[in-house]
Amino acid sequence: MAEPVAAAAPADDSLLRVEGLKVHFPVTEGVVVQKRVGSVKAVDGVSFALHRGETFGLVGESGCGKSTTALAVLRMLEPTAGRIVFEGEDVTHLGPARMRPIRRRMQMVYQDPFGSLNPRMKVRDIVGEPLVVHGLATDRAAYRARVDELMDLVGLLPDMADRYPHEFSGGQRQRIGIARALALEPSLLICDEPVSALDVSIQAQVVNLLMDLQERLGLTYLFIAHDLSVVRHISDRIGVMYLGRIVEIASRDALFAEPKHPYTQALLAAVPLPDPAREAARPDELIAGEVPSVRNPPAGCGFHPRCPEVMERCRVQRPELASRSRGFVACHLYDGGG
Amino acid sequence: MSLPAPALLDISDLSVSFRTDRGTVRAVQGVSLEVRAGETLAIVGESGSGKSVTALSILGLLGDAGSVDGGRILFDGEDLLALDDDAIRDIRGDRIAMIFQEPMSSLNPVLTVGKQVAEPIRLHRRVPWREAYARAAELLERVRIPDAAHRLGDYPHHFSGGMRQRVMIAMALACRPRLIIADEPTTALDVTVQAQILALLKELTREADSALILITHDLGVVARYADRVAVMYAGRIVETAPARTLYGAPAHPYTEGLMASIPGVDGAIGARLPTIEGQPPDLARLPPGCPFAPRCQHVLDVCGTVPPPLERVAERHLRACYRDG
Repeated sequence: MAEPVAAAAPADDSLLRVEGLKVHFPVTEGVVVQKRVGSVKAVDGVSFALHRGETFGLVGESGCGKSTTALAVLRMLEPTAGRIVFEGEDVTHLGPARMRPIRRRMQMVYQDPFGSLNPRMKVRDIVGEPLVVHGLATDRAAYRARVDELMDLVGLLPDMADRYPHEFSGGQRQRIGIARALALEPSLLICDEPVSALDVSIQAQVVNLLMDLQERLGLTYLFIAHDLSVVRHISDRIGVMYLGRIVEIASRDALFAEPKHPYTQALLAAVPLPDPAREAARPDELIAGEVPSVRNPPAGCGFHPRCPEVMERCRVQRPELASRSRGFVACHLYDGGG
Repeated sequence: MSLPAPALLDISDLSVSFRTDRGTVRAVQGVSLEVRAGETLAIVGESGSGKSVTALSILGLLGDAGSVDGGRILFDGEDLLALDDDAIRDIRGDRIAMIFQEPMSSLNPVLTVGKQVAEPIRLHRRVPWREAYARAAELLERVRIPDAAHRLGDYPHHFSGGMRQRVMIAMALACRPRLIIADEPTTALDVTVQAQILALLKELTREADSALILITHDLGVVARYADRVAVMYAGRIVETAPARTLYGAPAHPYTEGLMASIPGVDGAIGARLPTIEGQPPDLARLPPGCPFAPRCQHVLDVCGTVPPPLERVAERHLRACYRDG
């Protein structure tokens, strides 16, 4: 039989452990008197662990809950259930005051380098703002030196710090966002689609920068993206999400060489490879249907209406994420082991 | 290899500029390309490369700020740039159709889907509504919208993103166009749905022996669906070749850099990606000579003087570069 789900999170060297995380949003009816009529289960029982210094990729299509998971880890959304353990401390229910020092240790890099920087602030103030907010900018000279150092760290010239965001290109703005995220010396960086708004030739520059920074600063990354080729390049391990659940976790090479969950298989088959010769050799079979609405998810396994291997059990019983010969899979096909 | 039929679309030396507060933006310069019936041509490039502007000029949709400064667009032997507004409107949606990126903003939210698909049929074929609706139902079925006949009365918001893009394809196919231009048709869609939509589009255009111009920034999509590729950079075509040639033996330094910077399936763990340093030039302040020269590793003295012409390197393979070989 399958191991219980908590096994997805070994306790030893993990920087972050997420156990059975649920984020449900109420659905209400009525204008004056709002009545709760149900809930959207955006994240519904997600468990994974991040080892120190690794990059954990979280992939899935829109609405699968990957960004909601990130926001809950940062406590920018309240978890409905489950546990978030960061640097050995259970932070699931910490109040704002006790959460403050922990926020310094986990920072976020956003997708949109255009929308996430205040256009009226000079880059120096954008990068240095977290230092001010956390009361670390007491000495003016030290503050300037720290911002210069951060600019240099992300490959920008310190004298660019007195300009405004609109004077920078998309790739440079993403570097500014990264510098700001690093200001408080976090141990965990959550990157939510950090390169998907950038042009191909600029994407590679930012991916390389993230890899360099990880090496120099010993950072741990939770890397959320829908572009599998970027995730494959940067990740040590990958979790695949579908309809608010993790369906598979594996090392990157195992996942791409031998995807176990039928959804992972379908996802990998749907991604076009940048190589016409390989493309011509691939079978034309494509998965049918679309991702169901999280408002009204199917019973049993969320993937069963599209699954080519669907069995009777899949329609009624939801498979749990369980330890397999390699990684973790949530699928009844492997109920007998494998 | 001899080229059989004459090109369905033959663009030569097209130049387009836009007047902005920052001065004249040279969006497209000296673009020449051909598309044959039954062929899928991908135009690839990054934002600002001129790929969408090229497409909009074909349909006369540049708007007031844009102007065609020179060139010729022959479609079935007829110069589209010489036609007046009425004549081009007769062609648009009839013999040439366009599919845009965002199906939600391209569909009218207050009209039923049936009416929107039937409209171009009624307009261009001058048939009564009843007949147009019957044809609309057929079309929705062909793009595999489940229970199509009963969904004619539904509004766009009743459909998912993927289904809306199917409706857009049905509209585009309504008058059996000879040429379909799809501008980032699946960028807003999830990857499993993207694959379904592109496969459908390719199948339907091939069946009708229409030509498809696929505008995209996704080099995976290009590899899977295109027969031939034109690579644009800063308003110019820098290289054009059959898809396999372009990926197997790119000849322009920009194409080479682009191919190298895609995270590959064989990349080693921890390896850094080759990058093209710098960024594309400002189209209002283009350097003289080759627009890629400031980022090029193989730059020669001549590159900074006059832009290199698009010249033949092999059969059906052209590039604009002064470098040897």
